[in-house]
Amino acid sequence: MSGNEISYAIIGFLIITGSLFSLISAIGLIRLPDIYTRSHAATKSSTLGIICVLTGSFIFFVIDQSYVSARLILGIIFVFLTAPVAGHLICRAAYRTNVPLWDKSVQDDLRHILKRDDYNHKSTEFE
Amino acid sequence: MKINDVIVQTITKIVSFIILTFAVYIFFAGHHNPGGGFIGGLMTAGALVLLYLAFDLETMRKIIPVDYKIITALGLLMALGTGIGAILLGYPFLSHTFDYKDLFILGETELATALLFDIGVYLTVIGVTMTILLTIGEDDY
Repeated sequence: MSGNEISYAIIGFLIITGSLFSLISAIGLIRLPDIYTRSHAATKSSTLGIICVLTGSFIFFVIDQSYVSARLILGIIFVFLTAPVAGHLICRAAYRTNVPLWDKSVQDDLRHILKRDDYNHKSTEFE
Repeated sequence: MKINDVIVQTITKIVSFIILTFAVYIFFAGHHNPGGGFIGGLMTAGALVLLYLAFDLETMRKIIPVDYKIITALGLLMALGTGIGAILLGYPFLSHTFDYKDLFILGETELATALLFDIGVYLTVIGVTMTILLTIGEDDY
């Protein structure tokens, strides 16, 4: 019980920012046109949102109950490490199974490397 | 056929150690906090499954040359052994006790025989989960 107003203000700011980032991420999931832009919205901003909420609760437990929760630190590191990799894997699986880009996309650098257009004819090559 | 998995494999090498450490923590926290043998075993099996996903079945069989059915049997034997031990000392089956011992680094620690039973649960859960998943996974040959 050693909290002051400033630390509670920081905690509230972190948690509200985190929830707003998660909300923006959900809106992005609905509004964006194809899977690549959607995963851009889903991985980046929701990762930052979760990290903000976890940091806020970590500071809350340190200030309010003098309890340093190693599990929250571990959770922050874990989410920070794994969420972008999950997004990368989903996007990669989508690209290699020929999910189309948005029709207004202008650049597809991987197409020449992976020979995406004739992928259907030799479908075992990249499995 | 050759696919470039370097991102997944690098992250797996780091993350699986975090999961294994956390699983051991959860396992030992089980006496006074939420946790215990079941969830610790499931989490260890989760780390192993992540390794099996990132690397392939033959590589993992070389790294961990363990038959998981034997681990299940060991766990069940351990759980049964705590019960039999109580009988041998003249108490009813599965009677548990605890004591406080001054360990070298850890200081005064509560040592309960329920921990031995929990190790049995832990090993059984790992063995059963990995046996189920690997049996499904190598179904095609």
